[in-house]
Amino acid sequence: MTSLVSPAGVGIRPRGWMLPLAVLCLVVASLVSLFVGVADLHPLDFLRGTATDDQWLNLMASRIPRTTAVLLAGSALALSGMLMQLLVRNKFVEPGTVGTSESAAAGLLAVTLLWPAAPLAVKMAIAVVFALAGTALFLRLVRSLPPTTSLIAVPLVGMMLAGMVSAATTFVAHRLDLLQTLGVWMAGDFSGVLRGRYELLWLVAGVFVAVWFFADRFTVASLGEAHATSLGLNHRQAMRLGLALVSVASAVCLVVVGNIAFVGLVVPNLVSMVLGDRLRRSLPWVALAGAGFVLACDLVARTINFPYEIPVGTIAGVVGAAVFLVLLWKRTPAVSR
Amino acid sequence: MIEVSGVTKAYARTVVVDDVTISLQPGGITSIVGANGAGKSTLLSMIARLVGMDDGHISVGGLDVSSADPRELARTLGILKQENSMPLRLTVHDLVSFGRYPHSRGRLGPDDHAIVDTSIHTMDLDELRDRFLDEMSGGQRQRAFVAMLLAQDTDYLLLDEPLNNLDMAHALAMLERLRHAADALGKTVVMVVHDINFASAWSDHLVAMKDGRVVAQGSPREVVDSAMLNHVFGVNCAVSVEGGCPIAQYYMPAARRTELVRAELAHAEQSRTDAL
Repeated sequence: MTSLVSPAGVGIRPRGWMLPLAVLCLVVASLVSLFVGVADLHPLDFLRGTATDDQWLNLMASRIPRTTAVLLAGSALALSGMLMQLLVRNKFVEPGTVGTSESAAAGLLAVTLLWPAAPLAVKMAIAVVFALAGTALFLRLVRSLPPTTSLIAVPLVGMMLAGMVSAATTFVAHRLDLLQTLGVWMAGDFSGVLRGRYELLWLVAGVFVAVWFFADRFTVASLGEAHATSLGLNHRQAMRLGLALVSVASAVCLVVVGNIAFVGLVVPNLVSMVLGDRLRRSLPWVALAGAGFVLACDLVARTINFPYEIPVGTIAGVVGAAVFLVLLWKRTPAVSR
Repeated sequence: MIEVSGVTKAYARTVVVDDVTISLQPGGITSIVGANGAGKSTLLSMIARLVGMDDGHISVGGLDVSSADPRELARTLGILKQENSMPLRLTVHDLVSFGRYPHSRGRLGPDDHAIVDTSIHTMDLDELRDRFLDEMSGGQRQRAFVAMLLAQDTDYLLLDEPLNNLDMAHALAMLERLRHAADALGKTVVMVVHDINFASAWSDHLVAMKDGRVVAQGSPREVVDSAMLNHVFGVNCAVSVEGGCPIAQYYMPAARRTELVRAELAHAEQSRTDAL
């Protein structure tokens, strides 16, 4: 009753062959994703060498960038959700619901108004700074809650903060006739991904490596300030580092592909149910599952109304909300503080 | 050796620990006793550098807790806190492994694994080792946290209410293990204990606190008597000596307690007249 996959409550130890198998599945799905689209591309043409220059151009400039972006963004969203859940010690938070993404959007709006011609990297840097500030504010609010506060209050505080930031952003955007632009940023969509417009997403790989490197530190921090201090960890420093990584990952995603709801909530919760929260063990699975989840949603978004496309954020929102509800029902409240 | 000198802590003008000076010799079990809100836990947390002090100075094993290297401190003293809920999903083995963090920084060698296994075994958790903490009972979780503390392998073990959530058998087993740690492994154990009789029966040294101050300290035989219980806990009850250690007769209703106190006084009076 307490757990979906491991009824005895025993942690499943991933066998050595499972991770390569999961990678293989993801590779196959990615190949499928490469050859789904309006333009007629066949893998065999490329293998036989009979593909035309146009087809090569399409593959290199559009299809490969898009699939790469899907994989990177999916893993980044899941990864930053997982990290935030660990550091805040609450399973119901993710950057998209506590104001991180909204703050990044506010930064993007600010730079668009003040320096419209800024290069993408500058816009991203400003968005990261705003995301950091928003996340820090959220943490400060959570920290000032009395210790007896229920676990549910934490995500609620986040949602209120996110609501306030997004209300302010919307107001400014409305006044300056930028509502549509704002809408495009906030709705996750991969249809605009082309060569030259997504490469900054590779920063996410750097974030992944950093989280992997510091994985034990973050898991120790997740034991809470007292335990972490007792184990000789500088808790404050670990929190800062972790939330900086979360902010970078989610701001980069927001700038390049927009906000995709629920990935950061559902994927880490599912992985945690099976494998637990020891980051060193769960991290590769979170990244893979996040990439796989968004890839699947993207495939659905592109095929359900073919040849038209639905924003992937919509599909992910519907699927994610459904999965999340099931998780809430199935899971006994083992979440009491 | 733990040296606490002139330590004071106040929360919003309420003084919780008031100019405490104590010095605890290495080895053995010391219990801090006192009523709720006497400042026991706060004092313990300050010794473990989890709570900062407003004034004073604390050193543990020669390390100043407010300035020493955090990693070195973590290899010298470990603490078990009262609050051990776990909103995250870690297995017993994961948690106990993190006890080795100050030594290994997460990269466990063969020695680390051996200590982890021993600690799990000592706390009788072998069968629960791959279970998630959030799916265990409070008592099992408590034992897992103590196993983590043992894996940390520090000279000084601080425990805030280690008997919380434990039934009679597990409470006694826990005390046996702490006794073993003190006697066989030479650890210094300092704990906050709720029940004066557990403290009396298992400790070498008692520190009694009231309103943030230390009001009595010494061996249980020196410290525990009716007058002290009345002063520190505000409970009027008799104290009998059983198996060499003073036991407070406080579990019964007020009427019977008073009866026992009267009997004790009469007995004392009788011995005095007999002596004359």
